[in-house]
Amino acid sequence: MAKKKNARESWSLRESILTFIPGNSVYGTMRSRQARHGVMFILPFIIGFLVFMAKPLIESFIMSFNDVSLVAGGGYSSRFIGLENYKYAFGVDPYFNQRLVEEIPRMVINSLATLVLSFVIAVILNQDFKGRTLARAIFFLPVILSSGVLPGIESQNEFYNMMAGISEEVANASGVNLSAALEDLLSVSGVGGGVFHVLFQMIDAIYDIVMASGIQIIVFLSGLQAISPSLYEAADVEGCTAWEAFWKITFPMVSPLLLVNAIYTIIDFFMKNDNRVMERINELFQRLEFGHVSAMYWIYFAVALAFIGLASVIISRGVHYYED
Amino acid sequence: MKTKTAASPRENRNTAYVAKAKAKRAIISIVRGLLLFGLCFMIIEPMLTRLGVSLMEERDLYDSTIVLLPRHVTLDNFKIVFTLTTFPKSMINTLWTSLLVSVLQVIACTLVGYGFARYDFPLKKFWFGCVVALIIIPPQTISTSLYTYFARFDFLGIVKLFNHGEPINLRGSVLPYTLMSATCMGLKNGLYIYMLRQYFRGIPKSLEEAAYVDGCGTMHTFVRIMLPDAMPTVLSCFLFSFVWQWTDLFYTRNFLATSARPIFSTELSTIVSRMSRYFSGNGTPVIVPVGRQQQLISIGVLICCIPLVILYIFTQRTFVQSIAMSGSKE
Repeated sequence: MAKKKNARESWSLRESILTFIPGNSVYGTMRSRQARHGVMFILPFIIGFLVFMAKPLIESFIMSFNDVSLVAGGGYSSRFIGLENYKYAFGVDPYFNQRLVEEIPRMVINSLATLVLSFVIAVILNQDFKGRTLARAIFFLPVILSSGVLPGIESQNEFYNMMAGISEEVANASGVNLSAALEDLLSVSGVGGGVFHVLFQMIDAIYDIVMASGIQIIVFLSGLQAISPSLYEAADVEGCTAWEAFWKITFPMVSPLLLVNAIYTIIDFFMKNDNRVMERINELFQRLEFGHVSAMYWIYFAVALAFIGLASVIISRGVHYYED
Repeated sequence: MKTKTAASPRENRNTAYVAKAKAKRAIISIVRGLLLFGLCFMIIEPMLTRLGVSLMEERDLYDSTIVLLPRHVTLDNFKIVFTLTTFPKSMINTLWTSLLVSVLQVIACTLVGYGFARYDFPLKKFWFGCVVALIIIPPQTISTSLYTYFARFDFLGIVKLFNHGEPINLRGSVLPYTLMSATCMGLKNGLYIYMLRQYFRGIPKSLEEAAYVDGCGTMHTFVRIMLPDAMPTVLSCFLFSFVWQWTDLFYTRNFLATSARPIFSTELSTIVSRMSRYFSGNGTPVIVPVGRQQQLISIGVLICCIPLVILYIFTQRTFVQSIAMSGSKE
């Protein structure tokens, strides 16, 4: 308990400065020794952030309050215009607002589905069965296929788009769109329309969801691997069923990683290039409207951050740390 | 069943119980098998199509009766791709670059993640906010800035002092990106920091405390006590880092690839324009038939994936092994 209180104590300005200056009463305390060790560990990050990240970030933030135009011979000129860019993003741009509102529910649903699916698959892949190596290798493919050059390379190709267009047309014309037919059937019979709409939206997006859950599966797998088998043995001896063991051991032990995955999933869906808000931003970027682009980026970050904050508040309640 | 001959009621109940358990296990494995098969098929189907297409002769591409299996099998397409790209050379370059970058990133991120998980220091919340910002911000946002930054590299005027008052051009050298990797600023490094921090937070503190009591130093404790247990998580970070570096176009195009040091991902992205130059023969570019384009891209994607899958198969073995190591945990 005493330790817990200690961790929550905040650092006063005087104390934080004295911690790093030898030859005073604060310097020698256990607390400041620990603090110096901590800073030593995260030093690479501090240096990297200050040297590489801070300047571009601040520049982009300033840009969002400026009217920016390129000048010949490299470089750009900017003129301060206050909140005009933000007003443009919300009031003038015909697509930004609308797409933002449309995309958010879709992203929330897909993120939830991805999390659940990846957890289930990770639990399955952690079991012992024939062909496990093969199955694990296959579930690793989405990690590769959704990274870097690979997702864009084929959709840029005309032939691919042509073929995709044709197969879609065929599917629509021949009426074998099974999920749409089923949805019609169920909605006619009057079973809770809204829920089924969401469900079918998920089923239609299952390929996207599986492709997006490669990383999460491996993160969960690595977490599952770290659970000591002796915990399960003890539970078994005490007469715990598999279902109980899952909720009392597996889930709490993996829950810290649930937070990571939730955040990653949200960001992944937010920052994907096939996201229509990102599409719009990239479109403007190509038209060199840097001021508008920066403002939109910052609005978008803020929205993403709000969702991440919400998710971490909700999930943190259920997260179990071994000693906290 | 041996027990059937001497059927006391108690043993009967036992066989019934065993049979029930067996049936339950069979049902579970059937359901599991179906689910896995369906999802695996969905993932692997495009890859099989690519494989099929890559082995076809050109006339097979336009034959509508051929869907997946080629009628006229040929390896010529692979030969064309090998002449279009500087294949073995670029692969080796990519391997070394990815290895260097990902090892650096993982080492740096592990240290930082551990620092965030275990220590309390001034401004901790602020720095952790920066980590989250690092996850959120896509590299495109800062690309222009970084580009000009490295083209005229001069940190706080230090470089000018040593280089006759001139900033140096670091573009096209591995150095900038190596520096960024060693300081956790590479692709998606915020995610690794977060992952490792969450992992370390989940480990009981008593392990380290025991080590400290026995007189083990901070670094020593970290390397000897904490790292071995964290291996599955560290390895999965390494795996992500390696894969993302392998296929990355963004940083590679800006900082890593030069004509002297070709990297596979940039070659893959320009394969279509290379193709048109190749087929023209006498210098005037021709438009390559789209089917043919698709074929060569498929081969490129396959070549890109194969080493990564092999790497994964080897690494996931270590995932399994590490169970034995983590047995020491409470």
